[in-house]
Amino acid sequence: MNGISTLKDLKQGQKAKVKSLLSTGSMRRRLQDIGLIEGTEVECLQKSPAGDPVAFLIRGAVIALRSEDSSKVLVS
Amino acid sequence: MGLTNSSTGIKAVDSGLVIKKTSPDDKVIALAGNPNVGKSTVFNSLTGLNQHTGNWPGKTVTSAQGYCHYRDTTYVLVDIPGTYSLFAHSAEEEVARDFICFGEPDAVIVVCDATCLERNLNLVLQTLEITRNVVVCVNLMDEAKKKNISIDLDAISQKLGVPVTGTVARNKKSLERLMQSVDKLLSKKEDESPYRVSYPKPIEDAIALIEPVIKEKTQKIDSRWLSLKLLDCDDSLIAALNGYLGYDILADEDIKEKLAIAKQVLKDNGITDEALRDRIVSSLILAAESICSDTVHYDKKSYNARDRKIDRILTSKWTGFPVMIVLLLFVFWLTITGANYPSSLLSDSFFWLEDRITDFFHYIGAPDWLHGMLVLGVYRVLAWVVSVMLPPMAIFFPLFTLLEDLGYLPRVAFNLDKYFKKCSACGKQALTMCMGFGCNAAGVTGCRIIDSPRERLIAVITNNFVPCNGRFPTLIAIISMFFAGAAAGPFESVMSATLLTAVIMFGIIMTFAVSKILSLTILKGVPSSFTLELPPYRKPQIGKVIVRSIFDRTLFVLGRAAAVAAPAGLVIWIMANVTVNGSTLLAHCSGFLDPFARLLGLDGVILMAFILGLPANEIVFPIIIMAYMSTGSLVELESLWDLKQLLVDNGWTWITAVSTMLFSLMHWPCSTTCITIKKETQSLKWTLVSVIVPTLAGILICFLFANIARLLSIAFRV
Repeated sequence: MNGISTLKDLKQGQKAKVKSLLSTGSMRRRLQDIGLIEGTEVECLQKSPAGDPVAFLIRGAVIALRSEDSSKVLVS
Repeated sequence: MGLTNSSTGIKAVDSGLVIKKTSPDDKVIALAGNPNVGKSTVFNSLTGLNQHTGNWPGKTVTSAQGYCHYRDTTYVLVDIPGTYSLFAHSAEEEVARDFICFGEPDAVIVVCDATCLERNLNLVLQTLEITRNVVVCVNLMDEAKKKNISIDLDAISQKLGVPVTGTVARNKKSLERLMQSVDKLLSKKEDESPYRVSYPKPIEDAIALIEPVIKEKTQKIDSRWLSLKLLDCDDSLIAALNGYLGYDILADEDIKEKLAIAKQVLKDNGITDEALRDRIVSSLILAAESICSDTVHYDKKSYNARDRKIDRILTSKWTGFPVMIVLLLFVFWLTITGANYPSSLLSDSFFWLEDRITDFFHYIGAPDWLHGMLVLGVYRVLAWVVSVMLPPMAIFFPLFTLLEDLGYLPRVAFNLDKYFKKCSACGKQALTMCMGFGCNAAGVTGCRIIDSPRERLIAVITNNFVPCNGRFPTLIAIISMFFAGAAAGPFESVMSATLLTAVIMFGIIMTFAVSKILSLTILKGVPSSFTLELPPYRKPQIGKVIVRSIFDRTLFVLGRAAAVAAPAGLVIWIMANVTVNGSTLLAHCSGFLDPFARLLGLDGVILMAFILGLPANEIVFPIIIMAYMSTGSLVELESLWDLKQLLVDNGWTWITAVSTMLFSLMHWPCSTTCITIKKETQSLKWTLVSVIVPTLAGILICFLFANIARLLSIAFRV
């Protein structure tokens, strides 16, 4: 993918690299805890039945994020 | 918010965890690790204890301790809650952090998930900053092998400078190797220093500035780590630290001065507080990445294809919800069908035994009142509780534990999160609700996995809308007597299961509604962000599941119920037999409650049974039966039909039956749960709210239902 978009825009099966985190405070630290830093590769695995949250593959673990949060992770 | 620092901070460790050494030579070993890496399984295997395990993150909410003997040493093992890092965000993570940092364990075993080692190393590296006495336990080696992941443990050990042992928690031999490493580590004199994460130059410069003065002032804590934490301004950590030291470290003039200079150095290099934390975290993650880069090999890229396939069935748009409902239905159907026969067998045996005991009482010439109190009171209620409760529990708990072990529960949270978000609540509430199925007190404790205090309170207050095991038998009995009876043969239990599922769905809907109302009124706020890990599916150990769920859960819950049932039986017999002003105490009480209870579609006896059932919901139904029997002529209850006849004779209609079920679903929590809520929230106010909210909901819903139903039935008759 070219240009900058957010994790939220990834379609199922798409991969992207994290550019930067826009979230602040405890959510920022949470995301860092699970290994989401600049350069981390993330794959969008699947949406939940209601469309939100979405499961991502992050450093070998499957983590579900809500759209509010995934929209604050810039990827390219 | 009612959640004071003392309830969530170090005091929680103080009050909840007193290390009990058998002798002063005992070594204290902390068992740390990311959530859901099989820490509790390792703990159980080492100590022979039965800490409850399950395949979902955040299950260990309180620290447990047990003993393990290896060679000539006794080790006190402390199983602390899972945490991703030592930058704590939630109450349970603080418990973990505080124990590693200030609990002064002799060594820390960091349990890692072999299938996800890189991320787990983050915690290892952070722990190494605090203490050199670390043993890395790479657990789930079997899972990794299945996924074609090969790990060079020796190379990692060389890099980290501490022992690294691979384990399969179910394999005793691998655990022995682990204890061997611990033993070797503790007997070894300090020589080589473990791996240290190096930070960008400005941060290292800042650390170098303050480390000497810190080293001078505090001997007990690693000075480099403490310097870093002071620069990082982690308020909750500093508060815990001050509690540990017994003085305010930031009040020290020398430290204050150096810290100011060091912070200036950072600032000059353009590193603000937020940026500092970012760089610390990045350094840790990159260090873990570099350690793993040539020691962990994935032979196949799509190593978790199977899990993705299962996920596509269990959590996809079209099949996610149907599968969830079918599973719930299936579990209930199996419970009801399976429980029928043993239940009647048990009750037959108990009543046969009652006759024998009665004969014995006559034989020794015991007075009537003694026979009444002990046999008709204590024994009979006890017999009821056991025969009605034991079979469904013995089936439900293993089934549920199976789902838990498989890793299905986090998927439920994943499926339902959107609805929780709409109610401004947290998806992890679904997990605490699942725990509530077993026991609401456990569900309330489980709420610690929710980070935001506001969302945690919502989960605590609404947990009671999920019927616990004590209430299932009541619901099942009423459904079988009044609603499923019309369907014949095998359909009867399908019908019962469907109706029970419907009742539970109603409870879930009420949970959503009340959560929404709470977040619009007394617990205003927006949903906070959340991350939920969906762990890999694991094959449950069926034998172990059955043993564990029967011994840990079934017998425990049954024991508690029986302990309450015996005295309650006594009280109810006395109330039914002591006469004041021409009628029994029971009649006085139920007569007093009757007018109000009628408004709710109940009667005085039912309402009184719920009140007397405060210590345990299990005894509500037995009390109702006892009360009716003591006033009526019917003495023998041969079958469920006799029981129905008894209820009908006492004025029960389908409206009474539904109202009783609704009230059972929604009334005050049992006393154990109330005490747990008080302990968890540290607030009388929120405990009261947790009592009032479900009670009000129950009264309101029962009132509406009973009166609308009555009006309708009158209208249709006309």
